[in-house]
Amino acid sequence: MIETRGLRKSFRSRAGRETKTVDAVRGVNLEVAEGEIFGFLGPNGAGKTTTLRMLATLIEPDGGEATIAGADLRKDPAEVRRRIGYVPQGGSTWDESTAREELVLHARMYGIGKADAQQRASRALDAFQLTEYADRKCKTYSGGQRRRVEIALGIIHEPKIVFLDEPTTGLDPQSRAHMWDEIRRLRRDGMTVFITTHYLDEADALCDRIAIMDNGEVVAEGTPAELKREISGDVVLVGLDLAATPQAAQLLDAEPYVNKLETADEGGLRLYVDEGATAIPQVLRRLDQAGLDLRSIELHRPSLDDVFLTKTGRSLRES
Amino acid sequence: MKFARDTWLIFQRQTQLLLRNPVWVFVGVFQPVMYLLLFAPLLKPALNAPTQAAAYKIFVPGLLVLLAIFGGLFQGFGLIAELRAGVIERSRVTPISRLALLLGRSLRDVVSLMAQAIIITLLALLFDLRVFIGDLLLAYLMLALIALMTSAVSYGVALKVKSEDALAPLMNTVAQPVLLLSGILLPLTFAPGWLQGIADWNPFSWAVDGTRALFAGDLGSDKVWQGLGITAVLAAAGVVWAARQFARSVR
Repeated sequence: MIETRGLRKSFRSRAGRETKTVDAVRGVNLEVAEGEIFGFLGPNGAGKTTTLRMLATLIEPDGGEATIAGADLRKDPAEVRRRIGYVPQGGSTWDESTAREELVLHARMYGIGKADAQQRASRALDAFQLTEYADRKCKTYSGGQRRRVEIALGIIHEPKIVFLDEPTTGLDPQSRAHMWDEIRRLRRDGMTVFITTHYLDEADALCDRIAIMDNGEVVAEGTPAELKREISGDVVLVGLDLAATPQAAQLLDAEPYVNKLETADEGGLRLYVDEGATAIPQVLRRLDQAGLDLRSIELHRPSLDDVFLTKTGRSLRES
Repeated sequence: MKFARDTWLIFQRQTQLLLRNPVWVFVGVFQPVMYLLLFAPLLKPALNAPTQAAAYKIFVPGLLVLLAIFGGLFQGFGLIAELRAGVIERSRVTPISRLALLLGRSLRDVVSLMAQAIIITLLALLFDLRVFIGDLLLAYLMLALIALMTSAVSYGVALKVKSEDALAPLMNTVAQPVLLLSGILLPLTFAPGWLQGIADWNPFSWAVDGTRALFAGDLGSDKVWQGLGITAVLAAAGVVWAARQFARSVR
């Protein structure tokens, strides 16, 4: 459904007299299959939104190629526009309009006739459980209602692909769960869904496949399960005082069963081991022998954050 | 065909939103009426005009051009609000014509200016202003071209600067010399030679002269076609430039 090769974009930013070139996206290759929910995971500033805006024809790439729903992004952006829907991050509704007016207008911007546009608007309002508020001004809606209107706008012309830029940012947990259901429903209706997110749990729970993006590049791609499997074994979190951490790190790094070790800034260690159940008693013993006080010890199955950490050396939660 | 339909779609939407907030119509008419009632009476003695009606023939066209310039130049503020709400971004992912995104908005501004101009003209009739309908319609055409240009430029600049804080001083800085150098409030016939020389480079000065000639019933005057020609060319250039801003990347 989407195929990109070497998509690039850099921006010039001016600070005082100096102009700096920032490479926002440095050659992205992606393949998204029909009917999947594809997630773009990464910290703020990783280049997710820039990539998405290029795919949605809003900014022109500096280089590379992309085919979207069978249309060439560089040669025929107008055709791409007809085949995709796009829901921007910061909202797209006007305070003084009603949801119904926005939906009808948006459908008509795609060249859909008036009567058809009105029918589509009614259907979309129903599907997104908005009928009750359909004729109230958008400024009276809750955050979750407004986000649903925006998604309805993005798919009013029944695109093959819909791009959702951080669809659940700023929503309360209940609206977020509701939004996940809506997104799954879009896929059931036969759409390919491309979302960006910086929430690990969202990427894990919602997406069929994800690409992890950092610093303008895709650093990993696969199903959440595949990616987690790549970091073989388990993660053992060892809670320690800041003072005791360096010594413990030195001791445990020498142990044969520890594949990789990372120190947390606030004290404590993160050990990557093959088998958590056998590693924990050995860790306890080693620390006890050295007379180091242990605060806590936890066993973790690897999370997407661990994937991110091994690929970039940073935790997504910190960046 | 698609382009006309797209333009009509945007025009309809913008007009509907404007009418939903009728206080703007009131504000738009209040100020010029104040000029008409509180400033114009000074003109007969100041201009040494034989009658009040003669003074109005000079002042009312200037006032209408003033309205067209300012009405247009400050439309960009509404667009910045739309940018911030994401409405422009949402429009730009659809296949709608980018020229229509601009022109639908600018035509709404032209129509609302026409409504104001008609109200002002009717009021001036009460003060014994008399003008031939044909001349008046040509004068309105001039006003429409001016408003089309200034509103398009304002939209284009708004898309470039993207912030009210930058747009307000910019528009004020442009508007003030344009206003003073166009002989809107007082005719430039009173100006010293050097000032007239500078004013000759101000297209709005030509527009004001042309509109005054039309109100004076002087249809054959060179000033009429010169004014119309200059404003038509500038309006076309403004529209083309601003439509390109809509086609370019904006956030």
